[in-house]
Amino acid sequence: MELLISTLDSTVRVATPLTLAALAGLFSERSGVVDIGLEGKMLIAAFASAAAAYVTGSPWLGLMAGVAAAVMFSMLHAFVSVTYNGNQLISGMAINTIASGITPVLALAWFQQGGNTPPLPDEARFAEIALPFVDTLRNVPVIGPVYSGLISGHSILVYMTVLIIPLVSWFVFKSRFGLRLRSMGENPHAADTAGISVARVRYIALFWNGVLCGMAGTFLSVYQTGSFIKEMTAGKGYLALAALIFGKWRPVPAMIGCLLFAFADAVQIRLEGVELPFVGAIPSQFIAVIPYVLTVLLLAGFVGRSTAPKAVGIPFVKSR
Amino acid sequence: MKFGQPSTLPRWAQLTLLPVLNLSAALLVTGLVTWLIGENPLECLHLLVVGALGYGEGIGYTLFYTTGFIFVGLAVATAAHAGLFNIGGEGQAYLGGLGVTLVVLSFDHVLPFWILMPLCLIGAMLFGAGWALIPAWLQAKRGSHIVVTTIMFNFIAYSLMLYLISHHLIEPGSQNPTTREFGHNAWMPAMSDMLAAIGLTIPPTPLNASFLVALLACVLFYLVVWHSRWGFELRTAGSNEHAARYAGIGVSTVIIVAMCVSGALSGLSAVNDLLGSTHRMNVGFTNGIGFVGIAVALMGRNHPVGILLSALLFGALTQGGLELSLDKPVITREMILLIEGLIILFCGALENLFEPFLASLFARFTQRK
Amino acid sequence: MTDFAIELIGISKSFGAVKANRDVEMRIAKGSIHGVIGENGAGKSTLMSILYGYYQADSGQIRVNGKDARISNSQEAIRLGIGMVHQHFMLVDTFTVLENIILGAEGGFVLKKGLSSARDHLLKLNTEYGLDVDPDAVVGTLGVGLQQRVEILKALFRGAEVLILDEPTAVLTPQEADHLFRILRTLREQGKTVILITHKLREVIDITDAVTVMRAGTVVGNVRTSDVDREKLADLMVGRKVNLKVDKADREPGEVVLDVKNLGLVDHRGVKLLQDIGFSLRAGEIVGIAGVAGNGQSELMQVLAGMLEPTSGEVEYKGQSITHLKSREPKAKALRRLGIAHVPEDRSREGLVKAFPMFENAILGYQDDPRLMRGTMYNRRALIARTRTLIEQFDIRPGDPMLRAGLLSGGNQQKVVLAREIFANPDLLLVGQPTRGVDIGAIEFIHKRLVELRDAGKAILLVSVELEEIMSLSDRILVMACGQITGEVAGNAATTTELGLLMGGGNKQ
Repeated sequence: MELLISTLDSTVRVATPLTLAALAGLFSERSGVVDIGLEGKMLIAAFASAAAAYVTGSPWLGLMAGVAAAVMFSMLHAFVSVTYNGNQLISGMAINTIASGITPVLALAWFQQGGNTPPLPDEARFAEIALPFVDTLRNVPVIGPVYSGLISGHSILVYMTVLIIPLVSWFVFKSRFGLRLRSMGENPHAADTAGISVARVRYIALFWNGVLCGMAGTFLSVYQTGSFIKEMTAGKGYLALAALIFGKWRPVPAMIGCLLFAFADAVQIRLEGVELPFVGAIPSQFIAVIPYVLTVLLLAGFVGRSTAPKAVGIPFVKSR
Repeated sequence: MKFGQPSTLPRWAQLTLLPVLNLSAALLVTGLVTWLIGENPLECLHLLVVGALGYGEGIGYTLFYTTGFIFVGLAVATAAHAGLFNIGGEGQAYLGGLGVTLVVLSFDHVLPFWILMPLCLIGAMLFGAGWALIPAWLQAKRGSHIVVTTIMFNFIAYSLMLYLISHHLIEPGSQNPTTREFGHNAWMPAMSDMLAAIGLTIPPTPLNASFLVALLACVLFYLVVWHSRWGFELRTAGSNEHAARYAGIGVSTVIIVAMCVSGALSGLSAVNDLLGSTHRMNVGFTNGIGFVGIAVALMGRNHPVGILLSALLFGALTQGGLELSLDKPVITREMILLIEGLIILFCGALENLFEPFLASLFARFTQRK
Repeated sequence: MTDFAIELIGISKSFGAVKANRDVEMRIAKGSIHGVIGENGAGKSTLMSILYGYYQADSGQIRVNGKDARISNSQEAIRLGIGMVHQHFMLVDTFTVLENIILGAEGGFVLKKGLSSARDHLLKLNTEYGLDVDPDAVVGTLGVGLQQRVEILKALFRGAEVLILDEPTAVLTPQEADHLFRILRTLREQGKTVILITHKLREVIDITDAVTVMRAGTVVGNVRTSDVDREKLADLMVGRKVNLKVDKADREPGEVVLDVKNLGLVDHRGVKLLQDIGFSLRAGEIVGIAGVAGNGQSELMQVLAGMLEPTSGEVEYKGQSITHLKSREPKAKALRRLGIAHVPEDRSREGLVKAFPMFENAILGYQDDPRLMRGTMYNRRALIARTRTLIEQFDIRPGDPMLRAGLLSGGNQQKVVLAREIFANPDLLLVGQPTRGVDIGAIEFIHKRLVELRDAGKAILLVSVELEEIMSLSDRILVMACGQITGEVAGNAATTTELGLLMGGGNKQ
């Protein structure tokens, strides 16, 4: 029981930044702009937020800095993709590489810690929040451990993410902006003839993309690790992209994908070297590889089919 | 300002002025960052150049790095000529390393150098090509986007190789995830030894015969892409799919073969590292080389001469950057990544950023005449 | 005096040197169905784009309901009550009908309210005009006819009083077209004004109240439909142009080279692009296929050239079936080897790679020719030599084999393609739009070459939207409309009126 709860608890922790990044990718790709730069935007946000939190001592200012940095990169992507009609894939690649390069350079210059930031003092980190009645409920069977071990005791960012998911769902499927956003990814010409500015919607989508990436990056450094570490995103941006594909570009299924991938991650750590009955020890790499293999199979239509928004990646040039 | 219009610039300007301007923009931003962190950009540039090209050993290392970059640059360029973006060079190089290692570990005690070495090259190419074949096949036959698939294949390669190295290929009794040292008959001859045989002395560096293979690859690349029938079909399919269909070119076959060639070239980059320098396979030995390939190809405009030059630039940046980071503790090796990223941005994503500006300059100039 | 919904007065519009519209006058009565008819390139689409705000006229005036209007973009047009049903539908396939309709006119940030009020409005429109569209159907699953009705609904939903339909029946089956006309009549009964852009005479006669005939950017007739018949319209539309003079002696054709029987092509959505096509072509004969663009000629050429697989029927070439080839190499390549050369209709998209130098374009499609190889590599000298031969034979200018094809003028690009295909010494030459975008001098040259080839005993199948060209070159003329052959006329006996009638659908529908 305790093992299950701790596994699920770490699942939630790992899934949170993934989900935020996947939702960020959703905004971008639903608007017709491919985003393989999630990784870089998370990384730059992780650094900016940790640096700001360290200097100011406030996690909230850290969050703002992280969001600002990621939005800046998003706007660069928007400029290349929307204004300049450039290659969106190469732009994403550039963003990832620039982020990998500039973060340790600045970190070393500012903090002299080998490209990382110093560990953040507790008050500069997002604290774990104990929900009300944790202590009273702790000893109630089943509910107690679930409530105190799994539901309570996360950072405010986790709870924010829990709110953001339905919010994004609502925005994408139930609001005017969402309708326009989705039309961009499928047939921007339809939206254009209906008098909607393609560029405007795509810029707005990429703005929110930046905000969410910023939160995801901040989560990693200002909450999870408590400092910025070189290359700390370690492929999470691509994993989020995989989850987005897994979720067929829809918020809740994408979140489920993130939870699944995070669960695999949590299990993998716990299974390291453990002999299981019948199968023996499963190499952790076998589990680590699942999300990527699944994504390939989904894209190829071997297991269900995940089809990208039709107009994604194609620069919009007004017809006539 | 309108982007995405056909260029009105003369071709020579497109081939020389634009890349130079793009590269300058990337270096300018790097200089700005250097200045921001409190260093003198010009002094750093000086140290970098001296570190890379100022003395024999530096040049050796520079050329050693250049070798690998040529292979991956050619790899990305091959795919690009078919209209494909191969982000999977990293995984393909890694798998190429597996091919080499398997050959070496199986045969280095039985086979002589002259048989073993070609087998190693073939192993590297076959495994690299194989790793590219699956995404290519999926793109050509199942319509899954090659960029996403190759990204995923990079990660799959990381896990696969980590598993293989730490569970099967690891040197018995070793704590580190690395293979045993390769037998000497599997070592690529060092350039210093080869030159010594003809009486030339250069300082010993990891620079090895792979460099010659890379140069040969450049020549072959040029001949195949611009002078062979397959190259003609490759470029036709990549530049105008409709014309390719019209000309009776099997576009999906071209895609698959192009990706395999691309993968094979990526795989060859592993030979330089494993047989020329480390003489064993470590986890993560590729160290992002596949991504450098993207920058090299973009800057070299998919032409072997351009690729050779930009690989040389990246080789110098890598070597000079290492030296610089020793001289200037405040500058890390990742500075190279920043430059690489900026080059991808300016030479790739924004390759025609200065085009309207240049075109209007030209227009004004010609009007006056 | 009649009330006019739309008045266009002295509209002119140029693109570079091309005058797309010249001094166009048109008055469209309120509550009428007004046809705008003309051949390809007559300027119909440009004019409508000006009315819908995509382009600004260089000069002239637009009046809507008697008031001067400046229409600077499509929103402005919508506000003035003008709606457009595009030939290529502007719909989001993954959206429902309802979502498509409210896109851009959602009525508030929260969709729910907009959707429910739109649903009521739509159901009302649905019954009012007999549109019969399910608001919750996903558009991508609907047939073409229904999608078009969604487009009409979209315009009506935005309060359109004037509805422009651009070639609405081009993609429809006859039954769907009939249904559309019923809808248009209902619209007229309800007081809406309909502008119908078409080239089909039957449609104009059947449904319109008045018709404007355009030719070469100008209006050549504004008439009441009841005052004209199809012959008169065809005359006006095609006009009596001076025939280009081509010296062509009568010649007895030889063996049958190409024999096409019951050829059919159905696309993935089930639309019949080609139906029951049958004809034969003999050596030493030019058969011209006339028709307005988009009536199946392109598909026919692509099938014959091996770029598309037919779904039914038979094709025989010199007595051998080439309907389906069992070969590992692409069909287009195999057919070339058999002696079928192809000058594609769209030279810049298919016939050339603009980024390649001329000497590489000179071997496109013939890249396997062993005479070009030395070992496994191309013999650059042989390539250049061949290119020089083509340059000489066809007087291509500038005659620089290294020049990128994209930098040549249209006429010279066409000469490269033609020269390449003729050089292969084919027994059958498929030629699509040989003189589109080509200057007069080159046109004459190209025509002469085609006749020479015919006189040399080659079989030539010529597709062109230029009637004049078809008439001056062809020994026999087939006319295509809606994917079918609507008639055959002897080349020297053809009249424009007769051809125009057949192009407008003939008696076949």
